[in-house]
Amino acid sequence: MAVLELQSVTGGYGDTQILHDVSMHVDANEIVVIIGPNGAGKSTAMKSVFGLLRLTSGSVVLDGETITNMPPEQVVRHGVCYVPQTANIFPTLSVEENLEMGAFVRNDDYRPRIREIYEMFPPLEEKRHQAAGTLSGGQRQMVAMGKALMLEPKILLLDEPTAGLSPKFRGEIFSIVKTIHAAGTPILMVEQNAKQALEIADRGYVLVDGKNRFEGTGSDLLSDPDVGEMFLGGRKASSSSSSDGGDHG
Amino acid sequence: MAEFLNFYFIPGLVLGSIYALGAIGISMTFGILRFANFAHGEIMTLGVYFAWSLVQLTGLHPLVVLPMAMVLTILVALLVDRGFYKPLRNAPVIMLVIASFGLMLMIRSAVQFFWGVQLKTVLPGIQFPWWLFDTIRILPKHVLIMGCAIVLMFGVHYLLAYTKIGKAMRAMSDSPELARLTGIDTEKVVMATWIVGAGLACAAGVFLAIDTQVETMMGFKLLLPMFAAAILGGIGRPYGAVAGGLIIGLAEELSAYPWITDAPLINPGYKAGVAFVIMVGMLIWRPTGLFKGRVF
Repeated sequence: MAVLELQSVTGGYGDTQILHDVSMHVDANEIVVIIGPNGAGKSTAMKSVFGLLRLTSGSVVLDGETITNMPPEQVVRHGVCYVPQTANIFPTLSVEENLEMGAFVRNDDYRPRIREIYEMFPPLEEKRHQAAGTLSGGQRQMVAMGKALMLEPKILLLDEPTAGLSPKFRGEIFSIVKTIHAAGTPILMVEQNAKQALEIADRGYVLVDGKNRFEGTGSDLLSDPDVGEMFLGGRKASSSSSSDGGDHG
Repeated sequence: MAEFLNFYFIPGLVLGSIYALGAIGISMTFGILRFANFAHGEIMTLGVYFAWSLVQLTGLHPLVVLPMAMVLTILVALLVDRGFYKPLRNAPVIMLVIASFGLMLMIRSAVQFFWGVQLKTVLPGIQFPWWLFDTIRILPKHVLIMGCAIVLMFGVHYLLAYTKIGKAMRAMSDSPELARLTGIDTEKVVMATWIVGAGLACAAGVFLAIDTQVETMMGFKLLLPMFAAAILGGIGRPYGAVAGGLIIGLAEELSAYPWITDAPLINPGYKAGVAFVIMVGMLIWRPTGLFKGRVF
């Protein structure tokens, strides 16, 4: 059964409609990637899960429960954690305080979970008392993901985790994503670096102009000539601009 | 040297601790609720009048009734938030600023209506100074004020560094949007911010009243130096606000010291201008303040 499902979702910000009849789902134990050109509504599709825009029709279903248009602070309590593309850590808080904030809604003892996060991301343990804002780009992403994992979410949403990182760090982030996935958390991820992302993905969706265009397994999409022509060959053009600003309407 | 310490440095520290306590609230409200709260000075004034009334009723020392006055001030701040700021939580910032300006006038008028505009004192009588090593002269009330200010600052430090709600306050000051996405109970954080801000404002006001007197414009007169302190330290940075407050307080007092000739460097009448100059200078050259605060 799907952990998360978007059923014919339509909506946007204010009067601007960005998503038109978008459907997608993530099954247990899957890494699913959303790719597409700038302004295609990739990040918006992800934000629709998190109640960050108004959906005028369609529904979002988490584990059989409808969470359409639920405000973010409630969605978190239902077990969805979201890592935004930018501003995804509290820069003046220490690494450990960031993780503690990730566990804000937990009332039980989350110390063991912090230990697990440090085991997953060893560089963070050394820097646990350092302000998160002083870390390198890759380590900040670790903090952001570690913070999101504190709640042991049913699904993790990642919005362009490699944006603005050098190729070396990109590989590091993708291997972290695989580690998180291997530990049992399904992942829905928006990515500009389509090729690398599809290589680690179970399935992918291609969005164009706020509509579903293609979908398939990671390897299918990689070998699809249309997809290849549109995104993978033209990767240079799309990866040179890291921001997905067009999505914000 | 003794003159410098007795008449400029120690009063500067006293004034600085008062500014520091007031500036913490301004800085936190600015950082967490994203608006410059012009009513902060009036909340301070109100706190002082609560303390004055309690002193009249009980005949106790103002510092003894201070906790009770703080509780009353906090209650008013929470009611004001519920009635005026909460409905505007998602409105454009300028509306909140204007609302706070209106509240400033309303609270001041209410104080003037209920308590009158005559000068009052919370601690009557003349105090005789203590002498240390026959050179340093310090007034007992100054020792008390600084002692209480230090206790309160450590209290704030404990709250912000070691408690869940305090860390959430710092987190929300860093990024309110991310705080919401993280599941932090932002309304609870807002409440904690008003509690800390109003409580400290009341304390700072009462300390100033002990040092000088009680009058209805006292909070408003402190608004500028408190804003200057908050900006100097960095908006949303409580530790910065403390440093900023001490610096502004010292700068104001030390500006009147005869540094070059026998006359005061700057006429004491222009003391308030010193805070203003520092504030404008910081806004132009280093708007993030000493502690890398937020820029609006």
